[in-house]
Amino acid sequence: MKRYFGRKLFIYMLTFFLAVTIDWLIPRFMPGNPVQTMLSRVSVRAEALEVMYGYYTRAFGLDVPIWQQYLNFWNALFHGDLGTSVYLFPQPVIKVIMRAVPYDIFLLLPAILLSFYAGNKFGAFAARTKWLDNTVLPLGYILTATPYMWLGILLAWSLGIVAGIFPIAGAYSFTMAPHFSWVFIGSVLMHWFLPFASLFLVQFGGWSIGMRNMIIYELEADYSHYLEALGAPRKLVRRYAFRNAILPQITGLALKFGVIVAGALVTEVVFSYPGIGYLILAAIQNQDYFLIQGCFLFIIIGVLLANFAIDIIYVIVDPRTRIGMAGETA
Amino acid sequence: MTKPKKINEFLYFALRSNKIRVGLTVLLFFLVLTFVGPMLTDYLPDDYIGPANHPPSSEYWFGTTTFGQDVFTQFVYGLYPVFLVGILGGGLASIIGMLIGFIAGYRGGMVDEFLNMMINIVLVIPTFALLLIIAAYLTVRGFLVEAIFIGFTAWPWTARAIRAQTFSLRSRDFVDLARISGMNNLKIIRTEIAPNMMSYLVMVFILQFGGAILIAATLDFIGLGPTTGISLGLMMNNAVLWGALQLDMWWWFIPPGVAIAAIVGALYITNVGLDEVFNPKLREM
Repeated sequence: MKRYFGRKLFIYMLTFFLAVTIDWLIPRFMPGNPVQTMLSRVSVRAEALEVMYGYYTRAFGLDVPIWQQYLNFWNALFHGDLGTSVYLFPQPVIKVIMRAVPYDIFLLLPAILLSFYAGNKFGAFAARTKWLDNTVLPLGYILTATPYMWLGILLAWSLGIVAGIFPIAGAYSFTMAPHFSWVFIGSVLMHWFLPFASLFLVQFGGWSIGMRNMIIYELEADYSHYLEALGAPRKLVRRYAFRNAILPQITGLALKFGVIVAGALVTEVVFSYPGIGYLILAAIQNQDYFLIQGCFLFIIIGVLLANFAIDIIYVIVDPRTRIGMAGETA
Repeated sequence: MTKPKKINEFLYFALRSNKIRVGLTVLLFFLVLTFVGPMLTDYLPDDYIGPANHPPSSEYWFGTTTFGQDVFTQFVYGLYPVFLVGILGGGLASIIGMLIGFIAGYRGGMVDEFLNMMINIVLVIPTFALLLIIAAYLTVRGFLVEAIFIGFTAWPWTARAIRAQTFSLRSRDFVDLARISGMNNLKIIRTEIAPNMMSYLVMVFILQFGGAILIAATLDFIGLGPTTGISLGLMMNNAVLWGALQLDMWWWFIPPGVAIAAIVGALYITNVGLDEVFNPKLREM
């Protein structure tokens, strides 16, 4: 088990190192002058622009040798310094991102956990049940094939605009200031529901068909046939099949984080939900490279943490990893 | 003598499968529309042709945008990049994944250690975020560049799966025999190992194809797609940015989403159908 975690941690650290390096490399080796492009969109007085230009040239550290730029980058990173936002000048990037992160967690965590639970339960239930298999599964395929943002747009339009039940922009009503009261909490939940629902539905489709296919494989395995031959009740056979089928699904969850993050980013854009996705869109439209790079790093850190959480869960649910049998392949 | 018979048998089961029939029909429909569509319209996607905010009518089949552009024209022109980026991006990702998977699985040892570590690293990096920052710094982007980026970031799961399968095949007798008879490694992979997972390779390509379409649509939607030309993702981006939701202009954002969901869904369903044909255990009686 020590070896298992050691290996995983090594990979994660290497990944982080590479990601930071990429983050440093890209602005320096892409065509064009990043400072120029970045400031071309800002409309301030000429002397203010000059100050900003000087600041960003120094901030990119373009005036020192390249190896020193790289070391400085790491140094700044460990001091929590990700630069200053252009679009929200003069706020530091780290502060801007920190304001957005809670919204992401609030949106993603329930969506991931609930869809994983519900999708797997449902998929296991639907497998080899003819009418469910024929009606709900095609729906599952369409759901996983649906682009996240489009489902978001559809929900916003149908439930938000046409039916007028849910608000479609922001994290809480624009007329309110954040405070602790039932009215405010109600408003937060109303604003949260649609982005949550679109993330939930797409993932639900994926998990349920994945589980349905896994269960069918497991029900064809020798141990299932043996149990059946012994006259075990259907429910018991299914339970064994489920416990075996859930393992690849957990691995699948780790593999899917990248896609889920991408989905969350665009869903936030659709609903103007003030998480990192919304920030990224603003950063792209304003050519705010520091903000984009900061968001990139935060996404990487988030995904690495989530992967590590999955590794721990895997050890808990799969006893083989504990005695070091499946450590390398998992 | 045996080969044609095998293909006939495959075709027999493939065409009997409803999933494959439905999937291929939908795909064929959109493929034909991609090439015939531009002939059905007199305009170009960016032309300002008439009244703004016009709902669908006999003249403007899918209505018009806030700027008076014809949605149907944008839609049919937007289909082409979907297939282009899907096939190129998905194809590239499959090829890279296969190469790395075959080499890692077949060679084993240090080569495998290194390649496997690389797979694991790229697997963890949220590639969409990576695409974001690369695309953000590139001021000129085309569909080809988009496809190449997607291809170079989407391969890891394929490499991992193929590596595992190659691993289980490489110690089989027929592979040993080929090795003893002095066949070179490349030829062994090509003639002994790959044909044994042909069905899997086909399915990998289909999944990568669908995946690439979704990634491309997402990139386009966030405004980091190609800088010129129209695509379905860009249509949705425009619709949301210019208030199609608030103005209740459903005809602007529904068609592009339906097309993407239908194409990708058809690919996935075809894939399951093929899985059942290749693997008789999964067939429902």
